[in-house]
Amino acid sequence: MTVAELKRGERGIIKEVTSNHIPIKLLEMGCLPGNTVELIQFAPFRDPLYLNINGSYLAIREETARHIEIELLEEKAVL
Amino acid sequence: MSRQLNVALIGNPNTGKTSVFNQLTGLNQKVGNYPGITVEKKEGVCKLPRGVKAHILDLPGTYSLNANSLDENVVIELLLNKNDKDYPDVAVVVTDVENLKRNLLLFTQIKDLRIPTILVINMADRMSRRGISLDVPLLEERLNTKIAVVSTRKKTGIEELKKLILECRQISTEPCVDISCIDPEYFADLRATFPKQELYKLWLVITQDVNFVNLDRNLVPDTAGFTTRSKSDLKRLQQKETILRYQFINGVLKEGYQVDVNAAKGFRATLDRVLTHKVWGYLIFFMIMLLIFQAIYDWSSYPMDFIDATFADLGEWVGQNLPPGSLTDLLSEGIIPGLGGIVIFIPQIAFLFLFISILEETGYMSRVVFLMDRVMRRFGLSGKSVVPLISGTACAIPAIMATRNIENWKERLITILVTPFTTCSARLPVYLIIIALVIPNTRFMGMNVQGLTLMGLYLLGFGVAVFSAWVLNKVLQIKSKTFFVVEMPNYKLPLVKNVLITVVEKTKSFVFGAGKIILAISIVLWFLASNGPGDDFDRASEIVTAEASNTQELPEHLAEKIASYKLQHSYIGIMGRAIEPVIAPLGYDWKIGIAIISSFAAREVFVGTLATIYSVGSDKEETIKNRMESEINASTGEKLFTLPSGVSLLLFYAFAMQCMSTIAIVKRETNSWKWPIGQLVTMTIFAYVVALIAYQVLK
Repeated sequence: MTVAELKRGERGIIKEVTSNHIPIKLLEMGCLPGNTVELIQFAPFRDPLYLNINGSYLAIREETARHIEIELLEEKAVL
Repeated sequence: MSRQLNVALIGNPNTGKTSVFNQLTGLNQKVGNYPGITVEKKEGVCKLPRGVKAHILDLPGTYSLNANSLDENVVIELLLNKNDKDYPDVAVVVTDVENLKRNLLLFTQIKDLRIPTILVINMADRMSRRGISLDVPLLEERLNTKIAVVSTRKKTGIEELKKLILECRQISTEPCVDISCIDPEYFADLRATFPKQELYKLWLVITQDVNFVNLDRNLVPDTAGFTTRSKSDLKRLQQKETILRYQFINGVLKEGYQVDVNAAKGFRATLDRVLTHKVWGYLIFFMIMLLIFQAIYDWSSYPMDFIDATFADLGEWVGQNLPPGSLTDLLSEGIIPGLGGIVIFIPQIAFLFLFISILEETGYMSRVVFLMDRVMRRFGLSGKSVVPLISGTACAIPAIMATRNIENWKERLITILVTPFTTCSARLPVYLIIIALVIPNTRFMGMNVQGLTLMGLYLLGFGVAVFSAWVLNKVLQIKSKTFFVVEMPNYKLPLVKNVLITVVEKTKSFVFGAGKIILAISIVLWFLASNGPGDDFDRASEIVTAEASNTQELPEHLAEKIASYKLQHSYIGIMGRAIEPVIAPLGYDWKIGIAIISSFAAREVFVGTLATIYSVGSDKEETIKNRMESEINASTGEKLFTLPSGVSLLLFYAFAMQCMSTIAIVKRETNSWKWPIGQLVTMTIFAYVVALIAYQVLK
């Protein structure tokens, strides 16, 4: 599963980032294996995605999100 | 001990770094450029206790020392170059208490350069609301530094920070992490090759080439012959380095930083649900834009009328009270009307900068980027193009510089090329005066029709910008990887002081920048208009009087006739009439032609030029608008500024490039003459054709 498949309010743990497709800036903002990611909102057509990664709020495009492998966390995030 | 300390302010974007800078320096600051590049350089002076002065340098916001852009590169170039005159005695890293974890990444990097580093934890006023608690002594110990907890909003902690800066020599320069453990073999090798160098510095220089090419290699010895790693290998090592740093940071924060997750979200989540909503989000954005343009038009009309009248009075007063002569004429007919043509637009420009800086300060601009990305991408732009396109309504020059954070080169190039279509503040003078002349001042559905016309022109500018982006996207064959990362900062009430400083700085540079050109041009114009070759000019009064004696003109009409005859035979009249055939099909006379040519330097010169041309030889000092209103088109005998010619002019200025500074900046940012020249030619032809069609259809 990847970040691109999250539903609004769902969370996951990052398993792997395919580094060639991910800019270093995203890594520095906390997009690293082991960190949590939550989908907060998406723009129309599910792109871009507005995420909370490891406490950082940022938006990335769907094509980038597809390169971030995650494991879904079952409980819903507290809204 | 030297009496002056060099302090570098460093921090992520959105941490309130500039607020700290403003608090430290007050109005003791100056804004310039780094030599050779257009990155803004902000410096200021701060008085510390015991008579020590600190020279404070506000470096561009950056997320890390792995530079991705020209702005970020400035930071690393300075920190790697001990010989730079600005090389800091102490670095002050500003962080946002709510994003401390991410912000500390940069802190650890700076500290690893062995520069004494003070940590500022800003926005402390938000701690209790967000359920955050800090153990400052513990953090100081674990990070091996001094910490100032600051709230620029509540103005607390600044004095403590000053004290820490004063005592910066006591701060340990021990690094935070041992970089070599991400690949011991590689780093042992590196150390063996360059035994005298700082390991982390070497690593930065090597990896900088992966991210960004521009680093000056003289800062450290040549690293050629040591390229044992491929690009993707280095990138993997950078990832490892980032993980290592976060491990360190997590360890530190686990004990010294507690946050109650539930308290942290409420306000932001509620606002986001509305402002990024798929319907409400767009609607609100549109309403905000509508409000801004109505405000610019309606609110600023009062101070503008006042300024207009004041300059007219001043010109008349100078004309009557100073001893008659060329100098007085130059003042009252050249310089004063010329300057009046620019000063009058200060209220509007200030309003525009005010709104733009509020949009940015509140964090709303990022939401717009988020909302618009998908839409903009269909036209070959990025969501981040929205910022240049919106700030292009102030001025294309900072707007084109703002494209630097667009990661994709093709998207960035297209943004640069289409930004000059957006209605910049220099077009405002032209628009406003012509709208006032040819569009009726009535209301439609409760809204001022003149204001709606102005809004329409703004929308037209955006529309054409987006349309030409779409065309360029089809035409340009450039392949580049797309990356798009945008931070969504917390919502904040804008700090009045920050907003005001931005407004004052920008307005000032606009007025003085344009003012210089306008002053020079109005002097030249005045000279050309009050002198002429040959008999026709010198004997104007005799010729006109002789003609008039047959028709028995009233004396006051006679004086006017002489003046206009003189003007027609002055140098400028001769030049103007030479180009008249080209512009006559657009509905313009030769005076407008002169104004168009002189305003090639900058659009706003148009009004000043007309003001100067019309006032030469006329005794009555009138407002610019009245003068333009009474102009008669010599060939048709009707009013010069009518709906057809007015609309034609509006459209010409909407599309023509008409700005030398923009050409220069596009050249610099694209590093080639190809783009600015193509842009100039295309825009001018397009403007001419559209204006021609408009006049011929409406006539």
